[in-house]
This record gives sequence, structure tokens and C-alpha cells, in this order.
Amino acid sequence: MSRADPAPLIRIRRLVKNYRRGGQEIPVLLDLDMDVAAGEFVALMGPSGSGKSTLLNLIAGIDKPSSGSIEIGGVDIADLSEAELADWRAANVGFVFQFYNLLPVLSAQDNVELPLLLTGLPSRQRAERARLALTLVGLADRAAHYPNELSGGQQQRVAIARALVSDPLLIVADEPTGDLDRLTGEEILGLLERLVLDLGKTIVMVTHDPKAAAHAGRLVHLEKGVLVDALGG
Amino acid sequence: MKRLPLAYIVRNLWLRRVTTGLTALGMALVVYVFATVLMMSEGIRATLVATGQADNVIILRKGAGAEINSAVGREQVGIIETLPGIASDALGRPLVSREPVVLINLPKRGSGKPSNVTVRGTSEAGGELRPQVRLSEGRMFRRGTSEIVAGSAVVAGFQGVGLGQTLRFAGRDWLVVGVLDAGRSGFDSELWGDSEQMLQAFRRTSFSTVVLRLANENGFDRLRQALEDDPRLALEAKPERVFYAEQSEALATFIRLLGSALAVVFSIGAVVGAMITMFAAVAARSGEIGTLRALGFRRSAVLLAFLGESLLLAVLGGALGLLAASAMQAFDISTTNFQTFAELAFRFVLTPTIAVQAMAFALAMGVVGGVIPAWRAARLEIAECLRAV
Amino acid sequence: MFLLRLLLKNAFRHKLRTVLTLIGLVVAICAFGLLRTIIDAWYAGVEASSSTRLVTRSSISLTFQLPLGYAQRIRAVDGVRAISWANWFGGVYITERNFFPQFAIDPASYLALYPEYVIADAEKLAFLRDRQAAVVGRGLANKFGWRIGDTIPLRGTIYPGTWTFNLRAIYDGVDAKTDENQMFVHWSLINESVRQSTRRAADSVGVYIVGIDEPNNAALISQRIDALFANSLAETLTETEKAFQLSFVSMSEAILVAIQAVSLIIIVIIMAVMANTMTMTARERLAEYATLRALGFPPGFVVRLLYGESLLIAAIGGALGVAATLPLAAAFARAAGTLFPVFQVSALTMALQWLAALIVGSVAAAWPAWRMSRIDIVDGLRHVA
Repeated sequence: MSRADPAPLIRIRRLVKNYRRGGQEIPVLLDLDMDVAAGEFVALMGPSGSGKSTLLNLIAGIDKPSSGSIEIGGVDIADLSEAELADWRAANVGFVFQFYNLLPVLSAQDNVELPLLLTGLPSRQRAERARLALTLVGLADRAAHYPNELSGGQQQRVAIARALVSDPLLIVADEPTGDLDRLTGEEILGLLERLVLDLGKTIVMVTHDPKAAAHAGRLVHLEKGVLVDALGG
Repeated sequence: MKRLPLAYIVRNLWLRRVTTGLTALGMALVVYVFATVLMMSEGIRATLVATGQADNVIILRKGAGAEINSAVGREQVGIIETLPGIASDALGRPLVSREPVVLINLPKRGSGKPSNVTVRGTSEAGGELRPQVRLSEGRMFRRGTSEIVAGSAVVAGFQGVGLGQTLRFAGRDWLVVGVLDAGRSGFDSELWGDSEQMLQAFRRTSFSTVVLRLANENGFDRLRQALEDDPRLALEAKPERVFYAEQSEALATFIRLLGSALAVVFSIGAVVGAMITMFAAVAARSGEIGTLRALGFRRSAVLLAFLGESLLLAVLGGALGLLAASAMQAFDISTTNFQTFAELAFRFVLTPTIAVQAMAFALAMGVVGGVIPAWRAARLEIAECLRAV
Repeated sequence: MFLLRLLLKNAFRHKLRTVLTLIGLVVAICAFGLLRTIIDAWYAGVEASSSTRLVTRSSISLTFQLPLGYAQRIRAVDGVRAISWANWFGGVYITERNFFPQFAIDPASYLALYPEYVIADAEKLAFLRDRQAAVVGRGLANKFGWRIGDTIPLRGTIYPGTWTFNLRAIYDGVDAKTDENQMFVHWSLINESVRQSTRRAADSVGVYIVGIDEPNNAALISQRIDALFANSLAETLTETEKAFQLSFVSMSEAILVAIQAVSLIIIVIIMAVMANTMTMTARERLAEYATLRALGFPPGFVVRLLYGESLLIAAIGGALGVAATLPLAAAFARAAGTLFPVFQVSALTMALQWLAALIVGSVAAAWPAWRMSRIDIVDGLRHVA
């Protein structure tokens, strides 16, 4: 059930994204408009090549649109320079990837602390915040373990803790359960739901699995670069 | 702090330890060669500098270049002794030594191959003029006899030269009655005997050089001027330090240039190794790079992290190489000095300057080897990195 | 052929890495070759020695002279067919940097003993006639741009004063081994000047060059000559020209040993680099190797693949390195000038360069090949590189 806020957190207007491949311009997203309210859990779905991952990348600020505007929390990130975008991401976005993307040479604690290195926090406070995030995802006792000592599900939880640690507005998740078995996947999705309900986070998730999408509050379908409206869950 | 932590760099090197080890080994070998060569050159210089005293002056025939090419006749020596500014010994006699210098052939220990050894005849003042030379064994030779003393390097390096042994040359038998410890100077590679006896044995009428001490260190110019003003003498005076520095120049420069050129060429191999390692590291961790960039780390942070890895590798290799090079200080070497045509023994000398130069060289290799891969890593696009995972 | 094509394709799968490895190989093999050639050049004098020439010098050291009167007595020794003499002049041409050997010789007899110095008859005659004449090698003439008729000034160090010589002849070496960077002047001119300044040092000779009939009699004749002057005021030491030249080489023995050691170090460096490359390559292809094993290929096949690739890269690098050595050696010879008058890359050096490349290629693949031959197939298949 989406709660329509007067001012949406994410406001996308006339978004266009083309890729250059071998001298040709290939359109991926065609003139897209989309709103996401604060506190929503949105699932982006669509067949392969529909542009859903591209859309997620644009919202997350790790790619730039060819034209159009992406306002997040009142800031049009399409206008930001690369350096400003990096700083914006550090403060406002948490990432959850399909393959967890933890740094194998750092412990769970260090991995979670990583985003905090970009703030001015002294090391004691960083360690405390990281601990807190790990407790939230139920892995406080695994803080000293390295990724290769953790199961897939545990690694994904560490990744979620990392996504939370700098208290961002927005969490983007790209196929978060793609590499997990059914049971573990359910746990992770449950965790994500709780982040929305308990902490008021906004989550935009890409998935191809309808069962995963069922955890989200709203489904958005993409096909060949355009939105195809679907009914809310 | 927008940099990645040092632990990240260190652990990544440790994770790929075989590769890290091999790359560091390559760099270590280059630094070893570089440092050793510089240490050799420094060793030669140090030996010859220690040979000269600040207030001694050596007088040779004009244009002679080396002591063995020089000739100073008796009458000329008489005139020299009247020059202004010469110090006197305790008995008031001028501190002047008239020295015939010749080369003899002796077989080296070990190989048995012959090499030239400097034989120097000294006057009474000879010992006092060289305070750095002491007797380590036996006694000094007696004037008017065929007794000689041998420098420690000659005893160590050549056959048949030991305390109590007899050498035969110039139709006479010469008994070694003492061993000199010349404080790691050129005199360690010489045999000393009585000046007049040497002249007789080698059937010479002139000495090779005259060595004297100035009463006052600043008196050199006056002495030199007086020498030049006298038309009877075609001689030149040089401060001993300057003379011996010149004697080492050709050899030291040759070694330094040859060795440095070699080290630079070798460094190409080591740098190639570092580049291969770093490119592989970037490729293997492209997913990581994408993640870090996504989290908000700037391109510069990524560049510095990978450059840092390369530099740490270089520091590791440099330290190893320097350690190995410093072990060379335990060894003595000797070779024929081009300029004197005689054997000179010296050591490898490690100075702080050389250590700094060696580490700087290592760091330079680290920079050259790492900068392109690091730059490549920084240029990667986030979406590409993440997609490839 | 299939195997070779497979190896080639595999080798260049990762172009950048292979190219970098090749660069390292080329530099290493080339440096190795150059260093060996430097050592060979040091022995140039030894190589150019004639087995029918002996050298007689003072037994004390080379820096002592022998009386001129010895010449006739040596000539009369059984087995001696010719005699000449030479003094090291040791002059300076403008600056010390222009160093080249100068000898004061007895012209007619000396040139007769050294047929490898080829001089046009007219020039030779002009040289013999003029007491102030000089003959120089072609290499020296080219280096300083001298032509017949030029006057060459030298500053004497052993024989003090400024000397001027008239260039009357230029000699060419009979083959590539001959030193064309020498200058010869008349001994009689030098002696005349010495007689006027220091009577006692006059009529003395640096070395005698003795021509003998039979090379096999060299040792015997040497002993005979030395026996003539034993217990005299100027005892002699006679040896073959080769031994004489070798004694110079052995003076710099420490340096030569160091250069040899260093030439091996460069090979070790490149071995480390290649081992690194092959280790990485093997690690990346773990899944592929496991697949081959699963399909039924024996462990030896994987080993052969790795060795083959390593040797192929080493062979390419070696070939390029050997090819690069020749022009570099020529450039080095030009730069070194009179320091190494004869500077040629020998066939043995090139053979050793190939051997070095072969060894590097084998050693580099050794450890990765051993590891890959023992992989657990299941483990390997699961491994996502």
C-alpha cells in the first residue's frame, strides 16, 4: 500500500538513456516519468533488456542520464558533477548487490565501516555505528569474520548492514536474493521489509522473481525502456 | 578521511602472496645491484680519501699523473726542503719524505695470477707523515737494511707475503718484519722499505715523489707559488687529499656509471613485473572497484589505493635488496686501479646517502610500474564494473 | 600444429600481459648478451695474440725497463727468428678522455713481426724514413678525423714535454679481431730525447717482442731467454703473447667476475617476472584445466599446455632479444670508442642467449604446471576465477 506523500522522495521526469555501442546510439530508456514516495518499497520488474537495471543505476547515481531530470530529496542528481555525485551517494544511498560485493580482504566489521570513512567521524564512533548496524541485521557476533568465512545469506546481511550504516534516504537493491536459496532469500526480503516498516527507509529493488516482488509494496513493470503500469500489491 | 585504509592495501598484497613475493624479488635484485655498485664506488673513494692527510703535500714531476711516472732528482729535493712553510719534527728536522715508488709483480693468493703491488721507499719522516698507519704485527724496518713492512691487504691478498717471510725482487731478498694496519687506506695495499735501499736496489738516481707536511694548513698556496717561481724545478705540488682523490676518480666513476646503467636496464625488467602484477590486480578486483566507487569513494581514492599497493611492493623489494647489499660490507675486494696500475684493496661502504638513493630508486620503480594500472583502475566506469561481476 | 595454434592463441589471450612479459624478456636477453660481449671485449687482446710471438719483460714488473743490449743476445737464442721492441709512450692527446695506446717501436722489425697491421707500401716507406713519423690504426684516424700529413701533438707523461708527430701512414687490421685504435712512433726519437735529459735511463726498452719458429717450442725458448739473464741486474720474464695479454685481463678480474655475476642476476630477475606471469595465467584458467581433465585428458596434457605456452613466449622474447643485441652492440661500440676497440657479439654468446631464454621459459612454468597437474577436478570446476 503506497502512502502518497505530497512531495515524492523520487521524482523522475522525461528520463532518457541511450548507450553508444560501436558508433551506434542504442536507446535503453525512453522518456520515462516515475514517482516514488518516501517510505515506499518498490520492485522494478521486467524481462532481460527491459532497462530495469539501467533505471536502478540512474536512480542510485552511479550512471548519468542522456536527458531528463531525477529529483531525489529535492536535489536533481542529473545536474551534479561526478565528484558531487560521489559525495551525494555516500550520504544518501545504500547499496545491496546480487553478489554481496563485500571486500574479501576486510572483516565484516570493516566492510560495514567502509562508507563511514567518507564522513568525518572519528574511528571510535565509526566502530560503534558499524556495530549497531550489524546488531540490527543480527550478525553482531560475526563482526570479526571475513566474507569467505560467512554463508551467502550472512554475507548479504553484512551488505545490508553496510547499506544502513550511514543512515541513507534510499536503499537500492539489485537482485538481492539472486544468489540465495529460497529460505535464505525469504529471510533477506523480510529484513528489507522491516527496514521500511521500522526505520522508514525507501527501497527500490530490481528483481525478476515474482515471489520476491511480492514483498514489495508496489510493482513497476518495464518493457523495452518504457513503464507498463501494473496494479499495486 | 576519504582514503582507503592501509589495511586494505596490505591485506590485498598478502592475499596474493606468491605474486607479491615474485614481484618484490625482482625489485629486490635490482636494488641490490644498484646499491652494491654505489657501495663499491664509495668504497674506492673512501679508501683513497683516507690515504691523504689534510696538511700533507705531495710533489711530483709536472704532468706525471701517477707516482710511478714521476721523477724528482736529489738536487731538486734539496731545493724543496728549503721551501717556506714546511713543518718540523720533534728534533727540528723538516718533515719531508723522499720516496721512490715502483711496482712489482706478485702472485695473488688463490688464483696465483700475478698482479702489480706498489713498493714505496720512505725516509725517516715517512711514518710520521702518515699518522693513520700503525704497526699491527712485528716491528718497523731498520734503516739501511733490506727489511720491509707489508700492508695488511698485501699480506691477505698475495702469496708469500707474511710476517717473517722473504720476498725476492730486484736481485735482493727482502725480509718482511712487520705488518701495517693503514686504517683502510691505500697504504694497506703497499710494501714499505728504506728509501735509499730501494733506490740502490732498483738502480735509480731519482726519487718518484716527495711528501711533506705544512706547518700551517693554509700555507699551501705559498709553497706552490714558491715551487712555480723556481725555474730550476719542473715540478708541481698538490695537497695529498686532492692527489689521492684524483687517483681514484677514473675507477670509481667507471664503476658507478657502468653499474648505474646496468641497474636502470635491469629496472625495466622489474617494472614490467610490477606492471603485470598491478594490471592483474585491477582486473581481478574490478567488481570491488565498482563497489567502492558506488559507495562514494572518488576516482582519486581508487588511484591512490592501487598506487599505494605498488609502492608498498617497491618498499618491500627495496628493503630486501638493501639488506642483501649491506651484507656485502663483510667482503673485501681488490682490483687494479687504472690510474696507478697497481692493486688496490677496498670494501663495500654503505652510507646513509646510498641507502636513501637505493630506496628512492625502488620507489621510482614502484611509481612507474603502478601508475598506469592505477590510472586505469580509476578510469573504470561504475556500471561496467558492477555488470561484470 | 593444432597444439601450436592453441598455444599461440592462449599466449596472446591476455595481450597486455604477454606484451609486457616479452618486453621484459627482450631487455633481459639483450642485456645478458651485451654483458657477455663486454667480457669478450676485455679478452680481445688475448684473442688477437699470435702463437709465434713471445713477450720479454722485466721480471720485477712491467714498469721496469730492459737494456737495449739484450736485443742481440735474445736474437741469438736457439729458435728465435726475429726480435723487436716497444716502449709504452703513455701520452695524452688533448685530454685524458681521448685515451688510446701509443707505443714507441723499432719500426722495421716491429711491423715485420705484426703482419696483421696492413699498410700500403708507399705509406710504410714514408713512415720508416721520417723519425718523427707516426702510424695509426684506421679506427683511430676515423675517430679523430686524421689524414696523412696531419701533425699529432701529444703531451708526455712518462716522457715529459709536448711531442708532435707527423702522420705518415694508416694501418688496417687484417680481420675484425685486430685492434685499429693504436698509434706507433719511432723508438729512436724518444730515446734521443731521453739520452739528452737523463743519461742513465737511455737505451732502455719496455718489452721485447720475440718471433719464434715453432709455437710448440714457446715454453722452451722462453726458458732459454730467461736463463740468459738470470742473476743479472735486469732479470727477465718471457711468456707467450697470449699469457702476456691474459695478465692484463686478470688485473681486472674482480670487475669481470662482478659483470658475470650481474649478467646472471638479470636472468634471475626475468625468471621471477615470467614465473609470476605463468602463475597468474594458470590461476585464471583453473576451471578450463579442470574441464579438460573431466573430459579425459591426462594431467600431462595440462602440464604440456603450460610449458608449451611458457616456452613459446620465451622463444619469441629470446628471438627478439638476440636480434636486438646486434644493433645495440654496434651502438655501444661506437659510444665506447677506444675503450673497447674490438666489440663483437660472438656465436657462443648468441647460443647462450637462446639457452637462457629456454631456461627462463622452463623454470617459469615449473611450479604452476606442477600445481595444475594436481588439481582436484571437482574443486576446479566449481572455481569461478
